[in-house]
Amino acid sequence: MQFMLLFSRQGKLRLQKWYVPLSDKEKKKITRELVQTVLARKPKMCSFLEWRDLKIVYKRYASLYFCCAIEDQDNELITLEIIHRYVELLDKYFGSVCELDIIFNFEKAYFILDEFLLGGEAQETSKKNVLKAIEQADLLQEVSTQSVTSEHLCKCIATPQ
Amino acid sequence: MREIMVRAMYCEMLGYDASFTYIHAIKLAQQGGVLEKRVGYLAVSLFLNEGHELLLLLVNTVLKDLQSTNLIEVCMALTVVAQVFPKDMIPAVLPLVEDKLSHPKEIIRRKAVLALYKFYLIAPNQVQHIHAKFCKALSDKDPGVMASSLHIYLQLIRSPDSYKDLTGSFVTILKQVLGGKLPVDFNYHSVPAPWLQIQLLRILSLLGKEDQSTSELMYEVLDESLRRAEMNHNITYAILYECVKAVYTIHPKAELLEKAARCIGNFVLSPKINLKYLGLKALTYVVQHDAKLALQHQMTIIECLDHSDFTIKRETLELLFRITNAQNVTVIVEKMLDFLRSCNDEHTIIHLIGKVAELAEKYPFNKPEFMNTLLPMKYNSWFIQTMNDVFSIGGDLLQQDDPNNFLRLLAEGSESKEEDDQLRLYAVESYLTVLKGHTSHLPQCFLQVMSWVLGEYAHLQESVDRREVIRLLTQLLDQRSVSSETRVWILSALTKIPEGQTDLILDLAESLSSSQDTVLRQQAQELRHLSQDSQLREFKPVAVVCVFSSQVDSSLSFLDGFVSEALAAGAAPYKPPHQRQEELCEDRALNLEPYSFSLPVSLSSCSITDRQSPTLLSVSSGLSGNSAELSQKAGSSTLILEGVKRVWGKDGYLPQKEATAPPVDEPSAAVQPASQQEAAERIEPRPEPSTQNQDKQQLASSLFVGLGVGSSVSLLGKSEAPPPRFRKKPRPHESSSSSGTSKRSSDSSSRSSRNTTDSFLYGSFPEEEPATSISTFDHTPKSTTANGLSQNKDTKEDRHANTSQILGGDMVIVRPSTIQDKHPPSVSSDLTALLPADLKDLPHSDVISLTSDPSLSLSSCRLFRDEALLLVIFISNCTETVIKDVAVQLTLKHKHQQMTLKNFFLLQVFEFMRLILMNSILSVTHRPLVVTTEEYGKLWLSLSHDVKQNLKLLTDAGDPLRTTLNALKDALQLHVVDIIGSEGIVACRLLSGAPCLLHCRVNGAALAMWLRSPHPALPDFILYHCQRALAHH
Repeated sequence: MQFMLLFSRQGKLRLQKWYVPLSDKEKKKITRELVQTVLARKPKMCSFLEWRDLKIVYKRYASLYFCCAIEDQDNELITLEIIHRYVELLDKYFGSVCELDIIFNFEKAYFILDEFLLGGEAQETSKKNVLKAIEQADLLQEVSTQSVTSEHLCKCIATPQ
Repeated sequence: MREIMVRAMYCEMLGYDASFTYIHAIKLAQQGGVLEKRVGYLAVSLFLNEGHELLLLLVNTVLKDLQSTNLIEVCMALTVVAQVFPKDMIPAVLPLVEDKLSHPKEIIRRKAVLALYKFYLIAPNQVQHIHAKFCKALSDKDPGVMASSLHIYLQLIRSPDSYKDLTGSFVTILKQVLGGKLPVDFNYHSVPAPWLQIQLLRILSLLGKEDQSTSELMYEVLDESLRRAEMNHNITYAILYECVKAVYTIHPKAELLEKAARCIGNFVLSPKINLKYLGLKALTYVVQHDAKLALQHQMTIIECLDHSDFTIKRETLELLFRITNAQNVTVIVEKMLDFLRSCNDEHTIIHLIGKVAELAEKYPFNKPEFMNTLLPMKYNSWFIQTMNDVFSIGGDLLQQDDPNNFLRLLAEGSESKEEDDQLRLYAVESYLTVLKGHTSHLPQCFLQVMSWVLGEYAHLQESVDRREVIRLLTQLLDQRSVSSETRVWILSALTKIPEGQTDLILDLAESLSSSQDTVLRQQAQELRHLSQDSQLREFKPVAVVCVFSSQVDSSLSFLDGFVSEALAAGAAPYKPPHQRQEELCEDRALNLEPYSFSLPVSLSSCSITDRQSPTLLSVSSGLSGNSAELSQKAGSSTLILEGVKRVWGKDGYLPQKEATAPPVDEPSAAVQPASQQEAAERIEPRPEPSTQNQDKQQLASSLFVGLGVGSSVSLLGKSEAPPPRFRKKPRPHESSSSSGTSKRSSDSSSRSSRNTTDSFLYGSFPEEEPATSISTFDHTPKSTTANGLSQNKDTKEDRHANTSQILGGDMVIVRPSTIQDKHPPSVSSDLTALLPADLKDLPHSDVISLTSDPSLSLSSCRLFRDEALLLVIFISNCTETVIKDVAVQLTLKHKHQQMTLKNFFLLQVFEFMRLILMNSILSVTHRPLVVTTEEYGKLWLSLSHDVKQNLKLLTDAGDPLRTTLNALKDALQLHVVDIIGSEGIVACRLLSGAPCLLHCRVNGAALAMWLRSPHPALPDFILYHCQRALAHH
């Protein structure tokens, strides 16, 4: 997998993870192009997209688009299921996940992603194991700091760029 | 600090620059507690990429954390290592990461494996030494660790050869996964570990590719996966898809293919659009192996073509591209162009337009007319029109190759000049029309193509005034949108148009002489001079015939004269690298003696020619291909010429040719002792075994070397190698001569017969006949009395000596068979009568006398069996005495092994069988393929590898085509399917079943031959033999 992007229906980026080294400029260009292309697609169209020399696999969950870029010889369907698995993990962790959960705890979302995918490959496909690893790390995390973070982020979001 | 860092990450994601926080992220990872570290590492992995210089500051922290006793810290360090780590610093952490492979916690092991995977990706040579540890990870008891190690193997196995032995393990793992042996939480929608399955399937398909024995191991498990994946969920389809791909990648098995094909049906017919897409993709993959599969899904494909989704459409076009043939090309190209017109994605356009151009260029020419559904005129217009579309749509996005290919096609043309001119004419006409219209929107590259064509071929169009052409071109020059590169093209086109309107040109040149572009200015100057100076213009070629058609003489035959001079002057002959290698490898078997002979001799050029060793010959021929004859002619002495003729000239493929050849060869062969490279046969005196049956004392024998090709696959599999070898050294090794002198048995009391046999079966097939030499010893005259047949001058004993079979690669099974009874004496000419009953009915070549001397004569004959070529060697005793022992040494190339004719042949190492397998099986073992014209047509379309060439036409008899084809048929065992007018179709096949179709057309005095076969090397091979056969007819 080359990279993974999460963005909202409004085209706001919510999460990005790059597994190939690219410059910031390129990243921005790719993101912009992809968000446009994917948002333009109708719901009945298929979840795959040939884009440059890559395959884009995307799926919409509520207001969030999950979008992965894979190489040509990779299996599209299984990538779709990777996305699904990740959503399942988030769901389990946050308890019925919504876009706001990811906005306010986006570092958590990253931690889960890192436990699930590492270096662009599925690391651990067992749901239980991933969550166990996260919980162990979370034990050390203070609960109190979370609210502070959330408030600030709320402001950030309220004033779009 | 931590919250700030989180906010910085968020800002960065929203697109604001947060680079000032990078250093703080590193600090956070360095100094903070576990909590801070976690965020710090995350920030680092998000902010920095592999090449970032700040990463160096992180190395120390990572090292420290890797050694930490806190599991979480180790985990975090490994996570960051697996994501971003500077390449140069890998050696620093490598030992620590390696240690972690044996960590008690599986999560650590897992991450360590993935970190190593990452290292492998960025610096493969640094982790080479720990492949054994990967093996351990593969057998880890935790499925997570094992699954992670598969990522590494998937990469490693891209060069599969050294991992074949792991196939068993992978198959076992897959079986266990399928059998539900993994913990339940690896299930996904009640499918056991789908990711693992897919990974394994991909590994297996890599391993089984073009490897039958490995593939066989996995048939069962693939079958099971296909069977199990029946639930209707995306994930099962994902597995199915991977399975189908694997089945079609590995060595085919009919049963599995059928099942897989059915699965594809499920995909394609599914109402779910994602599955449909995947089905199309699978079909695209599969039709490369079996074009017929697409037929079943015609309707779906048509539907998909009009689908509203771009992705689906594009995939369908991809599929169509794969199944394009001469008949449907117009429709498909039209569809593709339609798509392109409505498409605005740059990458897609580049990708597809190239394919359109490829299709258009692939099909216009060289089309057997009876398959052509279009009239030539219509075809030309279609082609030019298509290319116009390609250029105007693709425009400057086109890769440079496309216009170049097109122009080359125009310039080089096909067989007939008429057709070419028609095409060119049409191109000129159509371009003139285009130029008369609105030109400002045309892409530069199209303008360039047009100006080139007009410059070259405008003279073909009589009706158009040159003035008009010049006017149109100069008009282009005036346009502002035209780039200076295009201007140069236009100017050179103007230069080519003869007798241009001087005034127009002069004006033009004048205005351009002040241009800022130097190239342009230069061109303009040249143009002006040219148009002013009429004398100069006379010199100018009226039409530059063909700028592109400079042909490369790959055989370098123009150097032959030089080479032979150098050789005559005592220079060492050139040996191709592979031959040098072989000579190095070749050890004791190499008889060095002759070199001492030839070395002093070679100082005088005259004796070189005398003793021109076949090695030398073959070397020079290796260099100059078929022109060796020429090169030798260039040499001074006539002797060489003779030698060459003998060696190279008479080596007809035809058996009867050979029959005539050897006598001619003999004298020259005798004086060629220098050729001992192939280790001359040595005759070894055998002590007379006491147990030997007296009845069997008379000795003569025939040897059946049955080369059963164990499996068609091994032939196919290997055949990659032989053709180049075959081409490069057409006949490096079949010379053999025995220096009888040294071998003469000095001790034999009664009579020792010496037999110097030099069988030079040059060329017919590289080394199909092992050269043999025989000498007899220890004739025991007394024993003749024991034998009632002693009075017969020619007593023969036919020994069905043994049948050795080669199975697969080098495995040789030697089956000594019982000695057959003596045959009644017969006339020596009718040796075939002596063949054992089971072989008598086979088609066979004429018996060729290899050699003879007063006591022994040796002859051979080839038998064609369906699955093998048998070589029979007759050894006949020409004397009245009884020969007891004959030592036969079959020598082939550099390998030799002995066979002793005692009670039976002891065939020892049959190393040379490999060679026979590689060359002669391929060469002699094609059989006629009997098909009807319709079948032929179908087959033709399904074959991919094609070769075209013009051959000589035999003109001695009434119908040249028929004569030629018949000659080829006789020589090469071909089947003439049909002859229609001036065209004929011929078919043959390999033993293994791979067909080769030949399409011949009379074209003037030449025979245009077009060969097609699924096998990449076969057409070349057949073509080569056709050439030979015709050359010697």
